[in-house]
Amino acid sequence: MFEYLIAPFAEFAFMQKALIGCFAIAMSAAPVGVFLMLRRMSLTGDAMAHAILPGAAIGYLVAGLSIEAMTLGGILAGSFVALVAGFVSRLTQVNEDSSLAAFYLISLAAGVLIISASGSQVDLLHVLFGSALALNNEALVLLASISSLTLILLALLFRPLVVECMDRQFLQSVSGLSPLAHMCFLILVVINLVGGFNALGTLMSVGMMILPAALARYWVRTLDSMLLCASLTAVLCSYVGLLLSYHAAWPAGPSIILVLGLCYVASLVLGPQGGIVNKLSRPRHLSA
Amino acid sequence: MSTLLELNNLTLGYDLHPAVHHLSMQIQQGDLMAVIGPNGAGKSTLLKALVGQISPLSGEIVRHSITKEQTAYLPQLSQVDRTFPITVHEMVSLGAWSKTGPFGRLRSKDRRKVQNAIVQLGLEGFEQRLIGSLSGGQMQRVLFARLVVQEAELILLDEPFTGIDSRTSADLLALIHAWHRRGKTVVAVLHDFEQVRQHFPRCLLLSRQAIAVGDTETVMTPPNLQRARKLNEAFDEHADFCAHH
Repeated sequence: MFEYLIAPFAEFAFMQKALIGCFAIAMSAAPVGVFLMLRRMSLTGDAMAHAILPGAAIGYLVAGLSIEAMTLGGILAGSFVALVAGFVSRLTQVNEDSSLAAFYLISLAAGVLIISASGSQVDLLHVLFGSALALNNEALVLLASISSLTLILLALLFRPLVVECMDRQFLQSVSGLSPLAHMCFLILVVINLVGGFNALGTLMSVGMMILPAALARYWVRTLDSMLLCASLTAVLCSYVGLLLSYHAAWPAGPSIILVLGLCYVASLVLGPQGGIVNKLSRPRHLSA
Repeated sequence: MSTLLELNNLTLGYDLHPAVHHLSMQIQQGDLMAVIGPNGAGKSTLLKALVGQISPLSGEIVRHSITKEQTAYLPQLSQVDRTFPITVHEMVSLGAWSKTGPFGRLRSKDRRKVQNAIVQLGLEGFEQRLIGSLSGGQMQRVLFARLVVQEAELILLDEPFTGIDSRTSADLLALIHAWHRRGKTVVAVLHDFEQVRQHFPRCLLLSRQAIAVGDTETVMTPPNLQRARKLNEAFDEHADFCAHH
């Protein structure tokens, strides 16, 4: 038992680092994902994940496989796309999601082109799918910082964010915090995606946000418990995913996301809050 | 009676298209005023400007003896995301925003106010229910309870009775009258003309511009109502720039 569950992490430093990095990103990305889902912006997260690619690619071009350069590039590209998409939709009365889709596609195409023009396929795979098993100390510090900053900002912005999601007009009538809450939230999405891509890759990091949030909704009703459930599941699935990747020699990022995906499907079927079994097994109605 | 709000040649709109054109009027303290007019006449836009959500394209809103903090606003029911996992108690507690701010906790005095508002609106026993499980009428009671906690001097209501059962409408109307008796100022966007005639002594008939404003019986005359309908139909999306500034 010990051999299977604990030994890989006790014996190998790279597994310990992978575990710490994934725990850090799981604890912050999952609550951000809950808000993304409640704001009906789940696919926005996906779009943003693609949008950070050219920034990371340019960082890579300039400084090689440097965490700092790729992170900074990713944050700049992600924030730029988020801001421009928001600005264009306000200027032209086009929905934010369609302008975001346009800009992230441009961004993604530019990113792939930059990487393939200058690097090898291996580099592209690294950026797209990450390398949790190759996290170094600098990357861990970065992930821990992003995680801490996210949790602090979420705590500070909690009430404005909730009201902004649910009843924006009320928030606008009682305070001027609505644009600030929206902007800070988008920045949180971007930095968590950028943090996530070091470990899981740009394409997989959004999974750490959306899947725990989506499955939490099948188990609990209130926001507090949803945030807790999403974070715990993300942490647990990171551990199981890394174990799986070690024993089956699978890449770490997809393993973690696949475990999360399986948990999501299980929740969809078994969850007490609107899961399929629950819906089918309930008697037609209560007595009057 | 003192003047609370003064609108001077106010033009409101989005993206240069005016929704309300050159509106000048006054709202007195203690007014109980209905805003009526055809769909797309600019009624909701006017309320959003009064609460400070949108800024005028031209003209001005002068607040005489009232601050923005003393203004409470009821959005249309459809603007609230009722799938959001928040309880009735938490929703009503948001009414104390001016005291708690974005970070603070409810004090015991405010907690009592929240509980009283919940009781007053007949929502006892629903405190821990999620808003997603409420009917339209119950949800509107929750939003009115939040208004009660806000204790504002000027209360702006955007279609408070749309999609609401008749018993809830009657209860909410009684609450509006109670506010009126206590000297609060209420401005409500309404569709039911009969209700306006019976319960709202003052009225603004809007059709992108003010057709008439004043006592309800002098405003709601057949010629005025007909003119409002015609003007709204004649609205041109590709109009030239307005010459009257």
